[in-house]
Amino acid sequence: MTGARHLLSVSDLGADGIAEVLRVAEAFAEVERRSVPKVPTLRGKVVATLFFEESTRTRLSFETAAKRLSADVLSLAVATSSVKKGESLRDTVETVEAMGIDAVIIRHSSAGAPHQVARWVERAHVVNAGDGWHEHPTQALLDCFTVRQVLAERKGVAPDELGIGCFEGLRVLIVGDVRHSRVARSEVLAYTVLGAHVTLAAPGSLLPPSLEGWPVEVATDLDAALGDADVVSLLRLQAERGSGSFVPSLREYTARWGLTARRAQRLGEDAIVTHPGPMVRGVEIASDVADLPRTVVTQQVANGVAVRMAILFLLLGGELPGAAEVPAVA
Amino acid sequence: MPDATLVIRGGTVIGPEGSARLDVAVRADTVVALAETIEPPQGAVILDATGCLVGPGLVDLHAHLRQPGREEAETIETGARAAALGGYTAIVAMPNTEPAIDSAGVAGEVLALGAGCTAEVAVAGAITVGRAGTALAPLGELAALGVTLFTDDGAGVQDGALMRRALDYAKGLGVTLAQHCEDTCLAAGGAMHEGSWSSRLGIPGMPAAAEEAMVARDISLARLTGAPVHFLHLSTAGSVELVRRAKAEGLPVTAEAAPHHMLLTHAAVAGYDPVFRVNPPLRTDEDVVAVVTGLCDGTIDAVATDHAPHAPESKDVPFDQAPAGMLGLQTALPVAWEVLSPHMGPERVFALMSAQPAAIAKLTATDPRTAGHSAQGGPVEVGAVANLCVFDPAAVTVVDPMRLASRSRNTPYAGRTFAGAVRHTVLRGEPVVVDAVAQR
Repeated sequence: MTGARHLLSVSDLGADGIAEVLRVAEAFAEVERRSVPKVPTLRGKVVATLFFEESTRTRLSFETAAKRLSADVLSLAVATSSVKKGESLRDTVETVEAMGIDAVIIRHSSAGAPHQVARWVERAHVVNAGDGWHEHPTQALLDCFTVRQVLAERKGVAPDELGIGCFEGLRVLIVGDVRHSRVARSEVLAYTVLGAHVTLAAPGSLLPPSLEGWPVEVATDLDAALGDADVVSLLRLQAERGSGSFVPSLREYTARWGLTARRAQRLGEDAIVTHPGPMVRGVEIASDVADLPRTVVTQQVANGVAVRMAILFLLLGGELPGAAEVPAVA
Repeated sequence: MPDATLVIRGGTVIGPEGSARLDVAVRADTVVALAETIEPPQGAVILDATGCLVGPGLVDLHAHLRQPGREEAETIETGARAAALGGYTAIVAMPNTEPAIDSAGVAGEVLALGAGCTAEVAVAGAITVGRAGTALAPLGELAALGVTLFTDDGAGVQDGALMRRALDYAKGLGVTLAQHCEDTCLAAGGAMHEGSWSSRLGIPGMPAAAEEAMVARDISLARLTGAPVHFLHLSTAGSVELVRRAKAEGLPVTAEAAPHHMLLTHAAVAGYDPVFRVNPPLRTDEDVVAVVTGLCDGTIDAVATDHAPHAPESKDVPFDQAPAGMLGLQTALPVAWEVLSPHMGPERVFALMSAQPAAIAKLTATDPRTAGHSAQGGPVEVGAVANLCVFDPAAVTVVDPMRLASRSRNTPYAGRTFAGAVRHTVLRGEPVVVDAVAQR
């Protein structure tokens, strides 16, 4: 098995890599159900989280995952670190690595920062926990994991039995601020490499300037698109990235692109609704819809730990397979 | 030629009309003979130019020398040395220094620091005070020092009315205003070309329209005022077409293009290496073709480097936090040669890099106001000042960032090889570069 050393992009994995992540994550999901949800797999390993951007769930999820694998966790709080004294990202990373770190989990507001960190480290593994508008690979992986889990549950089989075949032909509708969304870029890569049909639904101002090379369709009418979707992935309107000025008002955005209670009635009976969080209730999703059983947000969060355990295990304790096929959106 | 002090033997002299196998004899700072064979007198310096092209020294319209203010990135002396190694005998220092070149005081300092360097240093003045885009800089005071080009380069003059007034004011001074065409509203936040790669990479983009909107505006202003406008570093197919039509209309516009826009595309950003962040950004394949076509058909008058040194630490940061700019002086001729020589003869390559830029910057004749400046841009003929570039098309340029003369390392060509290399550079009769080695 040719191992990728880092997880910077979903395209580092390929379909086989994703399949393996999902398989290993199922095993760790079982660990989580134990009374003492901890295994000694990564005892003696040190994992550092370097979050240069605010985060609740991703950071806690990675740190929980590392601890359940018995790794030691170092958490760099940027606000109280030498970064505030003007230390560069490179020096910060090299300093952290000099302390004997085995893996660096980085979130940064600049697209590509994890790629640069990967060039700077000598032996540590780098995991992208979100870089600018670029990618958030573990989020897309946990979304796939959650969707498969729901599909398996409905069929009354174990998720592993479905493999990745359950994604073939699956109709995925990604709704909202695709332009500024790293989740959307990773989801497009993950779902399409697994054989799903992906449609983006967003006002033109919130689509990427160019979709050349993206194996997706674009829907300009959410109402028309909803009925066909097996999975609806809602994105947050990223007001902190200035996307507020990309639509006339939140009211108009909600009216045209929000998953309101009335609009949710158009969904097929079995349609699954995902959201990477944090949700802004009343904007991209109505509160009532957020609380429907088909909306799997809390399952996504719960599964995040198992998926991140799988990533850390495969990078530090084993190997991730290389990209079997490079998706068009590289 | 008994009194020659320098003889260049074995080369092919590039003339505007054609080239001929000629030796060149120089006495002091002047070309004194061109002949098939010139026997050097005892004591004369002999430069071997077998197989080489002997052309006029190159002239760069667009060099950021960073002094005053950013001496950690470049000084006028190191920039001039990089220029000489690149075959340049004259460079125009851009005014986005700290402080900006917006007064006679700063311009005088830069000219004084440039005197005695290995390439002649001319100065471009700022159009507006502090390049802030709000009030006219003292164009007349600067013109009296011999400044002939003005630009707020690094940014365009956003206020169309102010640009119009600047053009009206400049007309009587015999100077040219040069524009860095970028509508800052359209380009806001962008760190690369907006297109397929920016969309994939998640890097905020700057659309081609941000450049083209200002090119179109300034063509209208050239038509309105009758004043000449020089377009800096054109990078899009749309810009090239706009300038082509303006020239066909007879408007007084000129344009330049940078070597990197003739060769590299936005795909270079795929690895997030900040060395490829530059402004205007690297564009598409179609844009590269359009720029080269513009150079071939005369739409674009000059190759200009946009040499923009940045200290290593400032480029060792996330892509969107890095300053825009790449080194150019030492690699421009090999890059231009590789791109252009399949389409045109060496005479035209040299015209794009010497005579035509020299004419735009009005450096073709000695200007008594700019002490120490000699006539630049050729032609190489008896009686001309011996500003010469000896280029060996059969040699190879291997780009090693650590071996460049610049104080900075931000070349986009690290590890690349180009056919052709600058062998000697002669400044006013002095061999400042011999066998690709700077002599001082």
